Amino acid sequence: MAMSVHLDIVSAEKEIFSGLAEMVVVSGEEGDLGIAPGHAPLLTTIRPGQVYVTKQGGHEEAYYVDGGLLEVQPKVVTILAETVIRGADLDEAAALEAKHKAEIALQSREADFDYTAAAAELARALAQIQLIRKLRAKGKK
Amino acid sequence: MASGKEIRTKIQSIKNTQKITRAMEMVAASKMRRAQDRMTASRPYASKMLNVISHVARSNSEYHHPYLSQRAVNRVGFIVISSDRGLCGGLNSNLFKLVLQQLMHYKKENIPVDLCVIGRKAEAFFKRFGHITASATHLGDTPTIKDLIGVTSVMLESYDKHEIDQLYIFHNVFVNTMTQKPQMELLLPLHAENDEDLKHHWDYIYEPDSKALLNKLLERYVESQIYQGVVENTACEQAARMVAMKNASENAGELIGEFQLIYNKARQAAITQEIAEIVGGAAAV
Repeated sequence: MAMSVHLDIVSAEKEIFSGLAEMVVVSGEEGDLGIAPGHAPLLTTIRPGQVYVTKQGGHEEAYYVDGGLLEVQPKVVTILAETVIRGADLDEAAALEAKHKAEIALQSREADFDYTAAAAELARALAQIQLIRKLRAKGKK
Repeated sequence: MASGKEIRTKIQSIKNTQKITRAMEMVAASKMRRAQDRMTASRPYASKMLNVISHVARSNSEYHHPYLSQRAVNRVGFIVISSDRGLCGGLNSNLFKLVLQQLMHYKKENIPVDLCVIGRKAEAFFKRFGHITASATHLGDTPTIKDLIGVTSVMLESYDKHEIDQLYIFHNVFVNTMTQKPQMELLLPLHAENDEDLKHHWDYIYEPDSKALLNKLLERYVESQIYQGVVENTACEQAARMVAMKNASENAGELIGEFQLIYNKARQAAITQEIAEIVGGAAAV
């Protein structure tokens, strides 16, 4: 069996991946990095981009990470992501709808209406749409 | 004795109040579930961050970050996390009691305290003490890190400038639905714990350089701790509100029962009196 290292990918809002990995590929601040088990201690910031994980057993998975930090210890690899959203979960239609809803909510100011919450929702939707566009532009290249 | 109509109006008004408290109880229950989910979802980040930080604290870095070294305490900073809304039992007042205790303690030692408040209740309460340096309110039911960046950076900046030498965070800890406990934690400076595995002399490979990296990492650490506190406090708030509203509904039910009894007695007395009058009248004829 191939050697493996414990990998955790977490964002402030949720845990994305936790388990054994044979290989992790991330886009670090100064270029792409491939982390194999037993890597020397390393601390780096990572740029927005894909994280490729070869899980124990050879199955490969990709996650999109919107920047963050990577810590490597010989036995543990930790990715502290700013925002981690699974690639498949990026639903542009849903994001657009959320944006639309928030816009409508912003226009109708009813008595017991939470303006700040709606504004936050709008900002979130916009950020997601941007992220999807970024991903698409990358895909076309 | 009050007349029948008066009691009836009173019963009706209590019933209306009970409807409201029941509705609030149910809303709080469903919000609590979601808040609890968020709390558990964000826990891994905080704990992993703590792992990384404890590794970093034990590395033999060429750059020694100010957050990792103790210094003489001339002024301290408190971050107080409260709820935006009331009607949640003693949740906020218990926390404020703890904060006040600490304020007194530092006052006795002649150490001034800078306050940073999160939530409207804390803002309103600590306004009287007059040294609030940062405040964040209206976080809603789903607080985000983005909402907290402002207050975090204010406190970190004053720590960097040596305006404060210690930073504490106060928030409620979610024990279970019935119990929430106010807690005080030291955020900065960090203290390293011993780990047998990492005792030898070692350091990270830093990309790009250690200073920028550690700055970013430690900033994220403080942010995540504050975020975790806020998320936990939100769950506490909903749980406390649920319990408080449940009690209110029950009390309203008891009151209604008592008034109903009084009303029935009054009604019966009126009927008896009327019959007696009729009988008396008939006998007189």
